[in-house]
Amino acid sequence: MFADRHIGPSADEIQHMLRVVGHESLDALVDAAIPAAIRLRRPLALPAPRPEPALLADLKAMMARNKITKSFLGRGYYGCFLPPVLQRNILENPGWYTAYTPYQPEISQGRLEALLNFQTMVTDLTGLEIANASLLDEATAAAEAMMMCHRLDTGHRNTFVVAPDCHPQTIAVVQTRAEPLGINIVLGKELTPDTFGILVQYPATDGAIYDYSAFCTEAHKHLALVVVATDLLALTLLKPPGEFGADIAVGSTQRFGLPIGYGGPHAAFFATRDAYKRQMPGRLIGVSKDAQGRPALRLALQTREQHIRREKATSNICTAQVLPAVIAAMYAVWHGPDGLKRIAERIHQFACRIGSDTGLPFFDTVRVGDRIIALDETTTEEDLRALGVNISDTDVSSPIPATLRRTTPFLTAPVFHRYHTEHEMLRYLRRLEAKDLSLTTSMIPLGSCTMKLNATAEMMPVTWPEVGQLHPFVPVRDAAGYHEMFRQLETWLAEITGFAAIALQPNAGSQGEYTGLLVIRAYHRRRGQGHRNICLIPVSAHGTNPASATMAGMKVVPVACDAAGNIDLTDLRAKAGQHAHDLAALMVTYPSTHGVFEETITEVCRIVHDHGGQVYLDGANLNALVGLARPGDFGADVCHLNLHKTFCIPHGGGGPGMGPIGVAEHLVDFLPGHPVVNLGGEDPIGPVAAAPYGNASVLPIAWMYIALMGAAGLKRASQVAILNANYIARRLDPYFPVLYKGPGGLVAHECIVDCRQFKDVQVEDIAKRLMDYGFHAPTMSWPVPGTLMIEPTESESKAELDRFCDAMIAIHTEIQTTPAILKNAPHTAAVVAADQWDRPYSREQAAYPAPWLRDHKYWPPVSRVDNVYGDRHLVCTCGPVA
Amino acid sequence: MNIPNNLKYTKSHEWVRVEGDTAVVGITDHAQHELTDIVYVEPPALDSAVEAGKECAVVESVKAASDIYAPVSGDVVAVNEQLGNAPELVNKDPYGQGWLFKVKLRDPGQVDELLSAQEYAAHIGA
Repeated sequence: MFADRHIGPSADEIQHMLRVVGHESLDALVDAAIPAAIRLRRPLALPAPRPEPALLADLKAMMARNKITKSFLGRGYYGCFLPPVLQRNILENPGWYTAYTPYQPEISQGRLEALLNFQTMVTDLTGLEIANASLLDEATAAAEAMMMCHRLDTGHRNTFVVAPDCHPQTIAVVQTRAEPLGINIVLGKELTPDTFGILVQYPATDGAIYDYSAFCTEAHKHLALVVVATDLLALTLLKPPGEFGADIAVGSTQRFGLPIGYGGPHAAFFATRDAYKRQMPGRLIGVSKDAQGRPALRLALQTREQHIRREKATSNICTAQVLPAVIAAMYAVWHGPDGLKRIAERIHQFACRIGSDTGLPFFDTVRVGDRIIALDETTTEEDLRALGVNISDTDVSSPIPATLRRTTPFLTAPVFHRYHTEHEMLRYLRRLEAKDLSLTTSMIPLGSCTMKLNATAEMMPVTWPEVGQLHPFVPVRDAAGYHEMFRQLETWLAEITGFAAIALQPNAGSQGEYTGLLVIRAYHRRRGQGHRNICLIPVSAHGTNPASATMAGMKVVPVACDAAGNIDLTDLRAKAGQHAHDLAALMVTYPSTHGVFEETITEVCRIVHDHGGQVYLDGANLNALVGLARPGDFGADVCHLNLHKTFCIPHGGGGPGMGPIGVAEHLVDFLPGHPVVNLGGEDPIGPVAAAPYGNASVLPIAWMYIALMGAAGLKRASQVAILNANYIARRLDPYFPVLYKGPGGLVAHECIVDCRQFKDVQVEDIAKRLMDYGFHAPTMSWPVPGTLMIEPTESESKAELDRFCDAMIAIHTEIQTTPAILKNAPHTAAVVAADQWDRPYSREQAAYPAPWLRDHKYWPPVSRVDNVYGDRHLVCTCGPVA
Repeated sequence: MNIPNNLKYTKSHEWVRVEGDTAVVGITDHAQHELTDIVYVEPPALDSAVEAGKECAVVESVKAASDIYAPVSGDVVAVNEQLGNAPELVNKDPYGQGWLFKVKLRDPGQVDELLSAQEYAAHIGA
């Protein structure tokens, strides 16, 4: 059975672990841990589990119903070739796709370098000074740009002008985002006195290229900022936005190697001027140095982000699109500036041979009659002839005038010149991969992140051509396979959560939160209660909650937690009462962010409903509920599902994720729509993502997981997740006290252990020392400073859990005997092998403190990274040719 | 913890030194210690008006971003330009070179309502 290989501990081991935690059976354990009132008392109604080959064959047959043809639809999605060396060694390689967001930089240098390449590629091609390490898609990047312009405006102006020749999905997402914030969207290219910013597309959605230089000058005279949505491949030939006055450039890197995948996942980019860097959304990689003074990379300026700044953050984005960004960057590394230019010129020449009726310069997209034809890397001479339009048989000169041609060099850094043969590229990728600690090395016990198995069979469909080669705007009948899969997945997820319907569009957990709150807002308005704008959020909530609420136009009112980490019911009643007139929603995570099944959850939901509010359940911890309790049954009105946690989509080093939402019957009418593809719906809110079904091409992973596990397997997975967490809690409690426990002294699927009791050693030192033992640290100092939150998931075997506990207990001894060994951690090979050694412990103790390291030693590539230096001396690109 | 006697304090950990009709504002030694290494200071805009008790600036460490509340109301007549390149001055010399901004007092009486050094010490349990 697949479930037996997905779940780590064997039946015997489960018995042993149950004895350690003091319960007779998994059922007895769960009966003690989860309040009886919320329990699901029947098996989930899901298809019986089937083996991997049968399901792969079924899904393949289903996906074969997608009609794969050459697409000339463009509008942000273009055919391209993913170099096989990148497909096999990144996209299909668990060493890359199972890594987590690089919060622990010492063991993430490989993907940090790949992302620095990404940032360098974007700054070079856009001609701007600083770029982030990806956003979710082009449309949301444009919306983020609008919000950034709004923040930067000192004149309290409220109009954002959007050129009508932007991609339709970009316009629609910007409109969705603007409305709750009271920002006025005007379609056009004219500035008004109230205009704080303007968005144009370069080249436009119909392919036309305008010279926006004078336009930018004019905008700046009005102190308005200019956002340019653009295409990196076009910019290899065109004057970059930074050179004609743009303040922000956004766009998609999809055509740099990523399959279209019926809409995603792809990495969007966001670049701006150095002066605005602190207002920039999203993750930013910066160069710093390590304890030996050697260069080392890390996430920079994190205080802009939601996990620190909460409702005042620059954005709610958390999970981004790291894996697609890595691929896009490596596509540029592989082709180099000359190769990219050759690809662009070939496409451009094809377009020239067709010519455009617009009478304006173009790059790859032309207008012929009422047809818009977009060409791409995959276009051939035969395709051109099959189009049925007049084409020239000989080369035609380019319509791009000299004033719009690119003259500045790009991708001058050595990395874009070194890896143009397959051996060099293969070894470069392998080198970077080896610097990082992924699930291929050891468990990644990150609390709240759910680093469970991403099974190979679940991953295989992602790179099938039937899944990858479909444009999101083809007629629905041409995507019959996808739609059948969506329908089944929606039915299964609705059954699992107890909701009436599922919307698959939100392409990250934070997007799900935002979407759910917009749906709640639409519901209140329909009932003439549009004034309801208070969102109650427990202080223990993840930072995305307040950040999302703010974006949805709501006002955040914090609710206190009691000493046991539970929502303080007295405070909740008081706040709900105080805001009875304008209460919109409560956002609650269940089981709680403290890793506890709060007994009062039904009461919490009742209080909110009694005061006219809706309950938004943050599904970050849904993996502890599947098959055991359903949010829709115990009082939630909306819930998002992190498919990249609970349903096995890998974390990809920080994305892609998927954050669909489930809603109760009374909210179904309001699920998001789309301007190009009709998604049904009575009274939809606007789209929240560029593609109608978000990151559609990773949905087969969740489909495979549910189909492989079946109802019994899913339930057992939740039970074992709870058992594994309680086993760790029991083993570590004598050394690192477990802070919060629920009914029966049990934790849920994760536990918080206290590290504040040591005089000279901080929690960070313990986290770094774990690297020497070959482990990724648990979640550090969240939700409680000075603690570690450990989530083992069901996929870790007892042997792996014991190895981790042994490491923690050994570190506990080191804290008493050799605190210096923690302070100096992690230890690199270079440090341990150096001629000089003047430390109060041996080299062997430093690098080989546990027996299993003799078998396999993971070497951290850098020593402790200096965070302060990096933020005080910000460098976010790789250096030019020396 | 250094809490000079000649300054006035707020519960939100700002200090004030009156120089004629102007108040010099910074964050306390306790505050810089809690925030750890400061990497960025976002001062209020020059010539802008700040209101006592309202947020007007941000001090950031690598771990936290902390709002600074104006201890007194008035117009901002100077900001410490040096902090742009050397935010660490807030850690090294919080009461001296690490000052944040100067406010021309609208109501000098507001200063009397602030905490004394003894009261602030009691507030932080020093």
